[in-house]
Amino acid sequence: MSNTAKTLVIASAVAAAIAGTATTASAQAKEKCYGVALAGQNDCAAGPGTTCAGTSTVDYQGNAWTLVDAGTCADIELPAQADGSPRKGSLEALERDLPA
Amino acid sequence: MTESQATFHDALLDAAQPVPLGLSDAQARPAGRRFSVYRNNVAVSLTEAMHEAFPVIAKLLGKQNMDGLAGLFLRRHPPSSPLMMHYGEAFPDFLAGMEQLSHLGYLPDVARLELALRRSYHAADSTPIGPEALALSPDDLPRAQLAFAPAIGLLRSPWPIHAIWRFNTQDGAPKPQAGAQDILITRAEFDPVPHLLPKGGAEWIQAVQAGQTLGDAHETALAAADGFDLGALLALLLQENAITSVNIERLET
Repeated sequence: MSNTAKTLVIASAVAAAIAGTATTASAQAKEKCYGVALAGQNDCAAGPGTTCAGTSTVDYQGNAWTLVDAGTCADIELPAQADGSPRKGSLEALERDLPA
Repeated sequence: MTESQATFHDALLDAAQPVPLGLSDAQARPAGRRFSVYRNNVAVSLTEAMHEAFPVIAKLLGKQNMDGLAGLFLRRHPPSSPLMMHYGEAFPDFLAGMEQLSHLGYLPDVARLELALRRSYHAADSTPIGPEALALSPDDLPRAQLAFAPAIGLLRSPWPIHAIWRFNTQDGAPKPQAGAQDILITRAEFDPVPHLLPKGGAEWIQAVQAGQTLGDAHETALAAADGFDLGALLALLLQENAITSVNIERLET
């Protein structure tokens, strides 16, 4: 390949990458959503000596979070609580469904 | 370490050693049982740490086997740092040296992946470039050098470690098929994610990390894999906030 051809290959690859990112960047954004994870399935891969990964012990634990697509946290469908009041995810830690 | 510290340390990790002299309770009686409780707590907590540190290995081997292995490992490689989140650095090589596990040749590389994910999690934050930073003239591009975020990690394995990791961490992931896999770990925001690299991708990243220009790195990758797709790899790196700077090598005048 000539130098010009090589330059063009790189230039078009970079152009494709830039164009590709422009359309997907916003879809990638995540937010921390409290009160939606099943027991033991909350996010965080910090490892031993830390206290977050997979430590929720009840379903939908209010102070355990998981990453969800930005803007979807409060819309996640969850079963109603035992007393019939609705459950919703929250961007802030919640007081409900805490382990006894 | 003084001699008494050394004795204490050795006895802590080996139940066959006598209780260190000079340990006494409030009534000045020898406190042998208290030491045994402490010794047990050390082993149990480090075993738990190993389960948390290597969840996929623990899943592959089963709880009992992992308990046994952790028991051997923690005595041979007790923590050398108080930062428990990095515990287990020596585990991949330890696994590779276990004759009873030699039929599971992929275990050490799966453990390396789990270590690398944790390293990425705890790596320093960095400010990524936006895609527009790469909008350079076609003549400048081949001379550009890139720097990557501290949170990225590259792993190359003769085993399908990405598929094995997925199969054991994600519901409904396909069964692993034999074959070598290269992995790029990125951390766009909070949590690290392992991405399967296409052929030539690892060579390209290594070349760029070594300071090669985009032009040279592209040649290196093409030499390793015909049809190497730079566009797809760059798009992944941009999306995952993995590029932190673009620098154009000025020709000397």
